[in-house]
Order: sequence, then structure tokens, then C-alpha cells
Amino acid sequence: MDILSGILQISLEQGLAYALVALGIVISFRILAFPDLTVDGSFVLGGAVVARMIVLGYQPLTGVVLAILIGFSAGCATGLLNTRLKINSLLAGILIMTILYSVNLRVMGRSNTPLLNYITVFTPFEQMEIRWLSVTLFFGGIVLASKFLADLFLHTQVGLAMRATGDNEQMIRTLGVNTDNMTVLGLGISNALVALSGALVAQHQGFADIGMGIGMIVAGLASIIIGETLLRARSVGMITFAAILGSCIYRLVITIGLWLGLAPTDLKMATGAMVILALGFPALKKGKEERIHLRGI
Amino acid sequence: MLFALCGFWNNMEEMLVLQNLRKIFNRNTIDEKAAIDGIGLGVSKGEFITVIGSNGAGKTTLLNLIAGTYPPDEGKIFIDGRELTLFPEYRRAKYLGRIFQNPLMGTASSMTIEENLSMAELRGKPRGLSWGVTKKGRERFRELLKTLELGLENRLRDRVSLLSGGQRQCLTLLMATLSLPKLLLLDEHTASLDPKTAEKVIDLTDRIVRENELTTIMITHNMNQAINFGDRMIMLHEGKIQFDIEGKEKKHLTVEEVVKRFGEKLEDETLLCKPVEG
Repeated sequence: MDILSGILQISLEQGLAYALVALGIVISFRILAFPDLTVDGSFVLGGAVVARMIVLGYQPLTGVVLAILIGFSAGCATGLLNTRLKINSLLAGILIMTILYSVNLRVMGRSNTPLLNYITVFTPFEQMEIRWLSVTLFFGGIVLASKFLADLFLHTQVGLAMRATGDNEQMIRTLGVNTDNMTVLGLGISNALVALSGALVAQHQGFADIGMGIGMIVAGLASIIIGETLLRARSVGMITFAAILGSCIYRLVITIGLWLGLAPTDLKMATGAMVILALGFPALKKGKEERIHLRGI
Repeated sequence: MLFALCGFWNNMEEMLVLQNLRKIFNRNTIDEKAAIDGIGLGVSKGEFITVIGSNGAGKTTLLNLIAGTYPPDEGKIFIDGRELTLFPEYRRAKYLGRIFQNPLMGTASSMTIEENLSMAELRGKPRGLSWGVTKKGRERFRELLKTLELGLENRLRDRVSLLSGGQRQCLTLLMATLSLPKLLLLDEHTASLDPKTAEKVIDLTDRIVRENELTTIMITHNMNQAINFGDRMIMLHEGKIQFDIEGKEKKHLTVEEVVKRFGEKLEDETLLCKPVEG
């Protein structure tokens, strides 16, 4: 019983911590239909920025805000490469991700910045008796707030135009929308969410590391696929909720896997296989079985 | 002097003026083709023009040039007296409504009927952070959708992907006319529909165009449509205007006559259309 509740606790906490990445990927992959690979870099960027700011003696919250803004710019950079310089979307993301590797090392000044001896946004929770519950509520609050803000935004005039950009670019352009700007803005928002997640995770785990973003996209995709397969989500609100639920279930699967003896080094392989199976399985089946239709994935 | 005169003239009479338009594809290659080869055209306010011509005659290229999908190699385009030859597509939106042959192209399928209509209502206008779909808009859409008699007024929150091709094309038509464009471009918008639905869509088109006195250019493969609708008919051939008929002459035109005069320049598909019954 203890083990079970332990597994559930860890999964929920981790799931919520990384849910913002899934939310970000929803906006790039699902809303804009833009396969944005910047994520692996912008996640670390968020952590690196906040770590450097904390080490420099700034308020952790200031660091988080700055991380969000810089993450936003990183996403815009990918968008600009794609829309202004006409670089293929996948390549644009890979280019910025690669550039961010150097940027992140520059920001931190080294490959790993420990934060255990510094005051972070989680320090107030240390003294609390119910530490797990308060941390989880903290993450949960931020995730739900982000979800509702994203939902609201996607129902505004600009939000509709952004969704239409991913759905039918030609049509919304003939309605007078500059779809290039929509792509840049959307990728900015997406990577701002990812950087926020990186900033929080770094403080939560007590260090920022240059390798902490590897496989972030695949994990986020796995979360989205799990969530949408379970919920058959169609509306915006359901799609964002599915991403959060998927993130928690994905972490649950991972935690159980580790508990059952899966080597941590094999984690990324297992995740990759999971995504391949989910996306490829319907194609292998005979008959007219419809593929889970996830735009952009 | 000439330019000023043109501008004056445009403002008075013409909604659309094309001056010596040329568009050449695959320039300097063995496949070089002048898709539009020196077209000059003036379209009066409220005029409804039908355009025919065989495949490759340049019909769609002409609409693409007007809509700004790509710029012309030579010539100028004026809409309502304003030159917008080099304006990108999205900046011409406030002047133009456009409907394509493929019903999937005019609507965003993952979004609801009311969301699609709301986006169309803001055509060419700045978009902000206020609600995309408003209560007032919803009421207005319900009334407008009733006129289609497709029962869509009760399905405002349905995703467009649930609609049939004909229903989608009717919705697109409604969207194109929601904030009235100065010029409506129809690119064989009934061609992929079954005959009955096509008839319904073309009748709706005619009604909307006439009610709102919209300046309209309609490309069609269907000779009957070209003859029975509109005030003026233009035939394109190899990037040039082959003939241009209006007024009384257009009214009394028959399919047989067009075939007799220009048969050799029309392709089989167009000729196969049966003459009007009755």
C-alpha cells in the first residue's frame, strides 16, 4: 500500500511538473500543426536562466519570469527562421535547439548548476509537514492556471486565427490574417510554457543541467497521445486537459516501469517505442482502421 | 496625367481594373508558358461576370493574380481605384472574398460553424483579444444560416468536418459575403458537388450576389451556368480574352451558338454539358 501510494505521489508530482511541456507542445504541434523541436533546448533554457539568476542572488520569482520571456524569444526565433527565412520547420527547430545548447552553457557558465543551497520558489514548502501535498498543489495550480489561460486565449479573435492557421492556412490568409505572425506568436507562447516548466523543474530537483531537456519532445508527444487516445478530445478545453492527464499517466507508467526494474538508462528508448507503437499500430492493422488523427503529430 | 485620369475613371465606374497583365511560368526553361498573356479588363460595380475556357486557358491563374497568391510579371491591378498589384494576399483580404472548387479549402474543419463565421466576419479587420464568438454574432449567424435552409442554424457548435461538401460550400459562400467584399471571386465552386447540390449552391450564389449587388467573377466549367448566370461572359484561351459578351447579346446566347462559334477552342468536358432544358 505504501509503495502504491508512493508511486502515485511521485507520478502525480512529476506529471504536473512536466505537464506544461505537454501544454506547450499542444500549441505548436496540435494547434499550429508545426512540429517544433526547439523544446529540448528551451526547456533547459528555462532551467539555466532561473539557475543563473538565483546564483546571482535575484529573487527566484524574478528568475522564473525572465525564463518565461527568454523561452518566448527562443520560440519566436524558430518561427522567424521558418516564416521569414523559409527554413523547413523541423530544421528551424533543430537549428535553434542546437544553438540553445551553446547558449545554455554560456548562461550557466558550466554544464550543471546546483541549487540546493539557495532559496528557490520551493523553499517555503520545505518547512511544511505536508510537503508533497503543497508542492503538488503548487504545480497543479500553475498548470491549471496555464491551461485556462491558454483555453481563453484560443477562443479570442487572435486565438481563432491561430487555430485556423494550423487548420487551413490558405483560408485564414484570404480572411486577412498574417499567418506568419501567428506562427511566430504561437511558437513563442509554446516555448514560454516549456521554459516555465524547465525553470520550475530545475528548482524542484535542485539543479539545472545541460542534459535535462533531452527527449523532452518525445515525452511530451507520448503524453499528448496517451491523453487524447483516452479522452478522444476534440474541443480546445479537452485537448489541453488531455495533455495534462496524459502527462500524469505517462509519468505513472514510467514510475511503475522503473519500480519493476526498467533501467533508467533505457527510459528514452521505452518512451520512443511507446510513441512509435501508438502512431504506427493502426497502420499495421489490416482494414480501414482509422489512424488516431492528431494534427501535427 | 493619364494615371490621374485612370484613377478618376476607376473611382467613378470600375470596381476592378486589370491593365495588360502578364504571368509567365517556368521562365527561361523549355516549359516556359505565358499563362496570362496581356489581359486588360474593366469590371463595373455590381457586375457579375462568368468566365469559361478550357484547361490551361489561364482562368485560375487570373483569379490568383487578382487575389495576390502570386504577383504578375507585368501589368497592374486596381480594385476600387486603388492599386494593389504587389500587395500580399492577406492585405487584399478586406477587398476580396474567394471560394475555391474544393469545399475543404474554404473552412477550417476542426473548428465550429460559429467560429468559422466569426473569423469571416472579421475579414481584413484587426483582431484583438476580445471573444472570438460573441452572443450578438451568434444570433446574427443563426438568422443568416436559416436562409440556407440546411438546418445549420441549430448546429452552430458543430465542427465543420461533420458537414457534407455541399453544406460546407454553402457555409463558405455565407462566410465570403458576411462582411461584404468589394469583389467576389468564385473558382469553379460548384464543380466538385453532385448536380443537385451544385444547382442549390449556384442558385444561392446568384441570390446572394444579386441581393448584395456584389461585383463577382465566376469561373465555371459548366456552359449552362456561364450562360444562364451573370451579366457578362468572358472566354479565355491561351492566356488571352477570346471573347467578351454582355447585355442583350449575352442574354440571348445559347450553348449551341457558343459551340458553333468557338467549339474548337473548348474542351470536351465543357461541350458535354447538355443544353438548357425547356
